[in-house]
Amino acid sequence: MSFNLRGTLAIYKFELARTWRTLFQSILTPVLTTSLYFIVFGGAIGSRIDTMGGVPYAAFIVPGLLMLTILAESTANASFGIYLPRFTGTVYELLSAPIGVAETLVGYVGAAATKSVILAIVILATARVFVDYQIEHPLLAALFIMLSAVAFSLLGFILGCWADGFEKLQVVPMLVLTPLTFLGGTFYSIAMLPEPWRTVTLFNPVVYLVNGLRWTFYGQADVNFGAAIAATLGFMALCIAVIAVIFRTGWRLRS
Amino acid sequence: MGAILEIEGLQKTYAGGVTALQPTDLTINKGEIFALLGPNGAGKTTLIGLVCGLVRPSGGKIRAFGLDMAKDWRQARARIGLVPQELAVDMFEYVLPSVAHSRALFGRPADPAKIEKLLRSLSLWDKRDQRISALSGGMKRRVLIAKALAHDPDLLFLDEPTAGVDVELRRDMWQLIGELRDQGVTIILTTHYIEEAQEMADRVGVIDRGVLQLVEEKRALMARLGTTEAKIALAKPITAIPASLEHFGLAIEDDGKVLCYHGAGEGEVAPLLKALLREDIDFTGIDVHESSLEDIFVDLIGRNHHHNKEAAR
Repeated sequence: MSFNLRGTLAIYKFELARTWRTLFQSILTPVLTTSLYFIVFGGAIGSRIDTMGGVPYAAFIVPGLLMLTILAESTANASFGIYLPRFTGTVYELLSAPIGVAETLVGYVGAAATKSVILAIVILATARVFVDYQIEHPLLAALFIMLSAVAFSLLGFILGCWADGFEKLQVVPMLVLTPLTFLGGTFYSIAMLPEPWRTVTLFNPVVYLVNGLRWTFYGQADVNFGAAIAATLGFMALCIAVIAVIFRTGWRLRS
Repeated sequence: MGAILEIEGLQKTYAGGVTALQPTDLTINKGEIFALLGPNGAGKTTLIGLVCGLVRPSGGKIRAFGLDMAKDWRQARARIGLVPQELAVDMFEYVLPSVAHSRALFGRPADPAKIEKLLRSLSLWDKRDQRISALSGGMKRRVLIAKALAHDPDLLFLDEPTAGVDVELRRDMWQLIGELRDQGVTIILTTHYIEEAQEMADRVGVIDRGVLQLVEEKRALMARLGTTEAKIALAKPITAIPASLEHFGLAIEDDGKVLCYHGAGEGEVAPLLKALLREDIDFTGIDVHESSLEDIFVDLIGRNHHHNKEAAR
């Protein structure tokens, strides 16, 4: 046995089954929240704002809101997925099974990312109710959404290993990710910022994610698409390296 | 019987500096039931955790089924089952899918018939569609056993399997463990109920303060360290013990109405009674008490603690 495929699928199915068990919380809540953003920012406020580079404001914020949801949900799903068995003690089964780092990552991170991608599709469909948007590069958009979902599911997995209480699970998403996303050009173009804030903003990694996705939609963004892809892949590689160290040392998993 | 598990110099010192297990050597034979006895904090769960991959060893080697657990851990773990001490179950899950999930986690193909048979054998089939959180403590314990057996392990660790379960369920568990042994499963169990080890174990290990004090065949241990006490109520009181009976080490009690024998093992009571009859000493009753494994365990641990206190002075 070199790779435990059945074990991997078991984790993947188990995690997705948890999503269906908590459908209201998992799908309906983020859809409702995003719809409210579209109504308030896209409809009420957006109708009084000029176009952004020729794109109506309501359509301009679609990629940013989509990315906001993907980051938050990927992180939350993956962190909760590994933290819950740690909290209840059922992690003993995972640790005693013939399951290595590869199976664990594909199972937990794959399920969390899948759920985020499903959610992204639902939100895109919901957005269509409020906004008439277009996707110039649909394949690249799909690829970028998947990469972002995987990257932040990896981050979520690390958070789930690190947290020793439910409160800590919320700290990074609430205090780090949400501010970075709001300051990352979700609702505006960073070209609108005065210096030095425009340059400072370029150090915010979420700028690359939001603008990378925006480019796939409208063919224009504040940063180069190649840079966005490179930043996302680099972040993924960093997270995988951290998780490999967690498994090798048993940090927070094995005593 | 060949060795199924070989532990060599295995030790564990936690990050805080507490040594839970001193360098330990232990060999478990295929098909046996091995009972690991010890007081709370003795190192039983740490030893199990080390073999099952829950605890990282500070040193030593573990070989299971002839495989090095450090290198061939996938193959080895696929054949090991663990019932943990804590009632660690996913409260939101349902019985049947939870047990089927455990089988898949260990890389085994789905086998609904096998799962049904397992659940029936543990009286869980009627509860298969119930949420685990709705089950009683004893039933949750059965679910844990079902999950541990779902992938047909060759080596099963039972960490306090009957802790907190009622007498009837405990008897059921003993029967199940016996059946598993008959099927060729090697079982290592830790227990606080020494009666449990006495009932089922082939061999016994006593661990205390991280040190494996002894490992011995249960019968041999009881013969070696066990004692027999017999009180013989005499038909007529006697004032002195006849010379022919002196080698039995008898004592006279209750104004000569009772003869008291205290010796090692159980083999001397019958010759003593025959000798009494030869001396024309009649008796009206006999009360024989043989020391249990529990008596031996308490004595061993007590001696060990006394020795440690003496050494500390």
